[in-house]
Amino acid sequence: MASNSSNAQQRLRIIAGHLQKHTGDGNTSVAAQECKAEASRSDPSSVTPVPKRRQEVMKWNGWGYSDSRFLFNKKGQAEFTGKRYRLSGLILPSLKDWFEGTFGANLQHKSLATPTLNLSAVAPPNLSEPFVEDLKAASVSASHDPEDRVFRAHGHCLHEIFALREGRIGRVPDMVVWPSCHSDVEKIVDLACKHNVCLIPFGGGTSVSSALECPHEETRSIVSLDTSQMNRILWIDEKNLTAHVEAGIIGQDLERQLNEHGYCTGHEPDSMEFSSLGGWVATRASGMKKNIYGNIEDLVVHIKMVTPRGVIEKSCLGPRMSTGPDIHHFIMGSEGTLGVVTEVTMKIRPIPEYQKYGSVVFPNFQQGVACLREVARQRCAPASIRLMDNEQFQFGHALKPQVSSMFTSFVDGLKKFYITKFKGFDPHHLCVATLLFEGDRGKVLQHEKQVYDIAAKFGGLAAGEDNGQRGYMLTFVIAYLRDLGMDYYVMGESFETSVPWDRILDLCRNVKERIVRECKERGVQFAPLSTCRVTQTYDAGACVYFYFAFNYRGLSDPVHVYEKVEHAAREEILANGGSLSHHHGVGKLRKEWMKESVSGVGLGVLKSVKDFVDPQNIFGSGNLL
Amino acid sequence: MEMASRSLYSSRQRMLKKRDDFEDVLEELRRSSDLRYALRCYTPSLYKGLVPCKASMLKTIVLQSDHLQYVIKQVSSESGDSSECVTEEASLILDEMAHRLQLSTVRFFAFMLSKAFKRLFRSVCVNEEGIQRLQQAVQEHPVVLLPSHRSYMDFLMMSYLLYMYDLPLPVIAAGMDFMSMKFIGEMLRMSGAFFIRRSFGGDKLYWAVFSEYVKTMLRNGYAPIEFFLEGTRSRTCKSLTPKTGLLNIVMEPFFKGELFDVNLVPVSISYERILEESLYARELLGVPKPKESTSGLLKARQVLSEDFGSMHVYFGHPVSLRSLAEGKINRCQYNLLPRYIPQKPSTDNHEFLNDAAFRLVRMQEENMVLKPWVLIAMLLVQNPDGLDLSSLTEQTDWLRHLALAFGAFLDWPDHASCSEVISCSLALHRHLLTVSAGHVQLSVTEALGAETTPEEAVFHRAVVVLSCASYRNQILHVFLRPALLAVAMQSANSNRKDDIYSCFSFLRNMFSNEFILCPGDSVQDFEEACYLLMKRGVLQVLEHEIVMSASGHSTLAFLCAALDPFLQGYQVVCRYLCEETNESLTEKEFVPAVRNFALKLILAGRLKCYEALSSDLQKNTLAALLRLKAVRKVKVGDQVTLRVNKIAVNSLEDTLGGTIPTQKPVLARL
Repeated sequence: MASNSSNAQQRLRIIAGHLQKHTGDGNTSVAAQECKAEASRSDPSSVTPVPKRRQEVMKWNGWGYSDSRFLFNKKGQAEFTGKRYRLSGLILPSLKDWFEGTFGANLQHKSLATPTLNLSAVAPPNLSEPFVEDLKAASVSASHDPEDRVFRAHGHCLHEIFALREGRIGRVPDMVVWPSCHSDVEKIVDLACKHNVCLIPFGGGTSVSSALECPHEETRSIVSLDTSQMNRILWIDEKNLTAHVEAGIIGQDLERQLNEHGYCTGHEPDSMEFSSLGGWVATRASGMKKNIYGNIEDLVVHIKMVTPRGVIEKSCLGPRMSTGPDIHHFIMGSEGTLGVVTEVTMKIRPIPEYQKYGSVVFPNFQQGVACLREVARQRCAPASIRLMDNEQFQFGHALKPQVSSMFTSFVDGLKKFYITKFKGFDPHHLCVATLLFEGDRGKVLQHEKQVYDIAAKFGGLAAGEDNGQRGYMLTFVIAYLRDLGMDYYVMGESFETSVPWDRILDLCRNVKERIVRECKERGVQFAPLSTCRVTQTYDAGACVYFYFAFNYRGLSDPVHVYEKVEHAAREEILANGGSLSHHHGVGKLRKEWMKESVSGVGLGVLKSVKDFVDPQNIFGSGNLL
Repeated sequence: MEMASRSLYSSRQRMLKKRDDFEDVLEELRRSSDLRYALRCYTPSLYKGLVPCKASMLKTIVLQSDHLQYVIKQVSSESGDSSECVTEEASLILDEMAHRLQLSTVRFFAFMLSKAFKRLFRSVCVNEEGIQRLQQAVQEHPVVLLPSHRSYMDFLMMSYLLYMYDLPLPVIAAGMDFMSMKFIGEMLRMSGAFFIRRSFGGDKLYWAVFSEYVKTMLRNGYAPIEFFLEGTRSRTCKSLTPKTGLLNIVMEPFFKGELFDVNLVPVSISYERILEESLYARELLGVPKPKESTSGLLKARQVLSEDFGSMHVYFGHPVSLRSLAEGKINRCQYNLLPRYIPQKPSTDNHEFLNDAAFRLVRMQEENMVLKPWVLIAMLLVQNPDGLDLSSLTEQTDWLRHLALAFGAFLDWPDHASCSEVISCSLALHRHLLTVSAGHVQLSVTEALGAETTPEEAVFHRAVVVLSCASYRNQILHVFLRPALLAVAMQSANSNRKDDIYSCFSFLRNMFSNEFILCPGDSVQDFEEACYLLMKRGVLQVLEHEIVMSASGHSTLAFLCAALDPFLQGYQVVCRYLCEETNESLTEKEFVPAVRNFALKLILAGRLKCYEALSSDLQKNTLAALLRLKAVRKVKVGDQVTLRVNKIAVNSLEDTLGGTIPTQKPVLARL
C-alpha cells in the first residue's frame, strides 16, 4: 500500500516534470501540491478562456463570449462575429429567409436588449459582517462587486436571460467567494455554518433548470461559491488511466490539458466550453460521446464533496464496490443542495487515433428512429449518433455558410436532386442522422460500414461528412442563435427527456403538436418552431431533445406564455412515458414533478439525506427537493 | 376544440345557444339525376396523419400487431392449442368481422338510396355547418362518429350523407344479426360495415382481435369509425343507457399516447315518422323481433309507398377527447407496462368513460330535432280520452312555448298558424289517430271484429299507445329534470329545499336506467330544474324553501303527468314482485310474467296505464331494483333466478306512489 502510493507519487513527479518541459505556450500544469496560493494565479499555465472576472470576456445578458454573436448585417445577411469558432466571420446567406419564413419575423421589427448592465439596479448586498471578517482572516478571495454578483445570479433559462435583456435584475447573491482548493472550501463551509449564511455553488453558470436563481424566500445572506479557481489537474495516473482533477475546471480546459498529455475524458456535453466538472457531477451530466466513454456516472471513480457535516468520500479508488447504496449516487444529481464537489478522480482514455464524421438521410423520421433502434439493438452505436427531424434538418441547412465556389454549389444542387428526385425523398419529410466515429482507423472504417449497412436497410442514404460535422456545430452555436432570435421578437428554449424505444415516435409527435397547440391557444400569432432530435441511444431507450421557439410580437407577457407552453410540453412528455430529465436536472424549474417522478417515499429518502447532511440548510439553493 | 368541451359541461349555456340551420339534401337531388350522384367525382379530405392502407392490408397489420401476438401466445398457453392454431382462429374471426369497403358498392348504394330516400322522405335536412366542422375535424385527428340509433336507416343515411358531402366514408360497427342476410350482409360489408358478435363476454381472443382491428383503423386514420353508443336501436325513441365497450377501445389509443387526440362527433338523427314504428311497439309487447332477412327487407318495400315526413341529421360539435380527459385521466398510469399488454381500465378511467358516454348521449339528445307532432303526441298520451281540436291547438301552443323555454330544439314551421301545423302533423300520423267531429284521440279499436278477445283489444290499444308514446319520448329529455322536481315537490312533505332535493335525488336514482341522467350530476340537475321552473315563473326558489307560484299549478301538473306512466309502470312491477313471486322466478320468466300481471290489472280496470305493458319499462325497473339491491340475481343450476327483498321493494313502491314521505331512512333501509 505504502509502496504503491510512493510509486504513484514518484510517477507523478516524473510526469509533472516531463510535462513542465512542454509548457512553452503556457497552457498546462499538473500539480500535486496542497493548495496553491493566490499569487500563483498569474502563472501562465492556468490561462483559461473564462477568467475569474467573467465580465471581461463573457456577455452579461446572453450566451457565451462577448465577441461572438450572430447579427444581420446591413445587407440583411446573417453573419457570426469573432474568431473563436469555425463559423466565425462567415456569412450565412440562407438564414434570413429561414428565420423570416419560420417565425414570420421581420428584420424591421427589432427587440434589442438593454446595452449595458445598470449597476444601480442591483440591490445593495446583505452581508453577514462576521462572516466577511472571518473569511478575510482565512484569506479566501471574495467580492461584493455588483457585476460579479449579477454574473453569478443566473443560468441560461429563457426567463433569466429575457429578464436581463430587459434590464430587470432580481435577487442576486450578496457576495462571491473564490476558493482556490479543497481546504478553502472546507473553511468557507465551516464559516457559513457558523454564521448561518446560505451557499450556492457556482461552476460554469450554464444551468437550464433555474438552479442558480436565488430563492425568493431566502432571508439570510446568500454567498455564491464560485469554483472556477479550483481548476487544476492534480495528477494523472497512466497505469490506471485516471486523472485527479479539481472540480472547478471547465470542460474545454480539462480536455485541452489532458490532450496535451495524450489523453481525453471523452466527456463532451454540448455546454463543455463553459460548464464545469463539478457541475457535471452535481447534475448527472451526459456527454455527446457517451457511447464510447459513458456518462458522468460511468466516468467518475472518486468524488470528494464538502458538506456541512464534513467531507464525504470513498476510501479507495476501486473501480466498483459493493458497499451498500453507492454514495456517489447521492452526490451526483444533488444539484448543490448537499455540498460542494471539490475534487474528482475520473477515467481518462488515450486520444483516439482517428475521428470521422458522417451523416445519413432517411425518407422520414420513423425510418430514422427504426434505424437508431437497430443500431442500439446491435450495440454498435458510433461515439455519437443523432437523428434530427425534418424541421431541424432544414434549420441545419439554413446555417450553411456561403459556398466559395460554383463547383460546390453545383455539387450541392446535384446531391439535392439525387435525394429528392431520383430517390423520391419528400423534402418535407426527410430527416438526417449525424454520426461521429472514433477509434483506430481500421476499426472506424469497419464500424462505419456496419452502421451504413444498417441504415440502408431503413432506406438511409449516406449523405457525407460535411452534413455530419455541421450537425454537431449546430449544438455549439444554437445558444448564440437564441440571442439573435431575441433581437427580433423570437424566443426559444430547448428541453430534453429520455424515453423507451417504443414510445419515441408517439412522444415526439405528441409533444411537438402540444407545443403548437398551446402556442395557438395562448395567442401566439405565428405557428412556432417545434422540433426534436434523438441525441443519445441506450439499450432500452433514447434521449430526445426538443427545440421550440416562437415569434412573441404582440404578446403582452411573452415569458408567461413561454413558461405555460414549456410546462404543458413537460406534462405531455410525462404523460407519454418520458422522464422528467435526462441530463439537465431538476433545479427549481421542474421541482413540482419530483414527487410523481420518484414516488413520495423516494422523495422522502432524498429529504432525509438532506436533513442529515445539511440540517441548517446552508446549501439553500432550493433545488430538487 | 376547447369550445366543444366547455359546452359539454355547461348545460345552461347550451340552452341559449343558437343551433345551426338546416339544408335539405333531397332538394338538389330531385332536380338532378341519381346516376350522376352515384358516379360523381369523390375526393374526400383526409386525415393529415393518414397511413395509406388497403382494406386487405388491415388484416395483416392486425394479425401481426404486438397486442394480438401477445394474446395469441397467452391463449395458446392457457388452452394448450398450438399458437398456429390460435392464429388461424384469430384469422377466421377477422374474416368474419372485417369490412371490405369499396367505392363501387358505395356508389351503387348511393344510387339506390337516392331513389329510396326521395320516395320515403319529404326532406332530409342536414346542418351544413356541422358538415364543415366535420370536414375540419377529419383532417386534424382521427374521428369517431357517434350517431343516435332509432332505425336501420341510420347508418345507411350516415354513409350516404358523408359520401354526398365528400367526407371520408366511415367504417361501421354493426351487430352480427345482419350477417344472416346473405346478400345484404355482404353489400353492407362492402359499404364499410364490420360485424361484431352481440356477446363475447369471456372470449379473450375475440376481444383482442376486435379491439385491435378498431384501434388499427383509428391509429392509421384509415377511416372514421362509426358506432352506436346506445348499442342497439332504441325501440322507445328514448336514448338508451350508453354501452362503453367500444368507446373504451377508441379512447385507448389516446390514453396510451398513440394518438394526439381523437375527435368524437355526436350525431343526432331524428325522424318525423319512424319506419319501424309499429314493429317496435309490437316488439315491446312481446311479439319477437323479426329476424333480419333479405326477404323480410323486400317485404319492407311496401313501406316505400308511405310518407315518412322529414328527417333531420344534426352533426354536433366535435368533442376533443383530449380536452374531455384533461384533469380526469392520468396518462402516466400506462408508463410502466408495455403498451401491447392489455390493461384493465382503472377506476378513474372507468368513471371517466361512463361519464363521457353519458355526456355524449346527452349531446345527441339535445341536438335531436323535434317536430310539432311530438308535442301533440305528448298531449294525446296524457289525455287517453282525447281532446277537442281547439283545445288541442291551444294546449299545443302552450306546450310549444314551455318546450322552447326549456331549450327544446323544435322545428316549428315559420309561417304557418298553429292549427295548420297541427292538422298537417295529424295527417301524417293519421294511422295512430281517430279524428271525428273535431275530437282527436288515439286510435280506438272498434274497427276490430266482434270475435276480438278482450286481451287482443288491449293489445291493439297498447300498440297505438306505445307508438304514440315513442314520439312523446323524443321530447321527454327536455322536460325530464323539471318533471322530476315537480314530482319531488308533490311527494315531499314540506317545502324545505333539502326535503325536496332528497325526493328529487331518490327519483333520479330510481329512474337512472330509464332516462339519460349523468351519474354524479344530481345537484346540477336539481339546480337546472329549479332554474328552469323559476325562469318560467312556476316556482320561487328561496334560501331554504321552494314554493310554488300562484300561476304554477298547471305547469307542475303537466310535468307530473309526463312522468306518471313511468311512476305507475314501476309501481306495477314492484307490486308484482311483492305479491306474485316466490323463490323460483327466473330472469327469463320475468318480462312475460309482469306483462301478464299488468294485463290482468288492465282487464280488471284497475290500471289505465298501458305503458306498464312495455318490456322496456319492465326491464329498466328490474335493472333499477337490481342496482338498488332490492332484487338479487342468484344462479341456480343453469338458470338465473331473482330473489326479491319484498320489504325493500314494497317500500320503494310506496315511495314511488308518494304514500310514504320520502326520507333518507327509506333509502338507508335498503
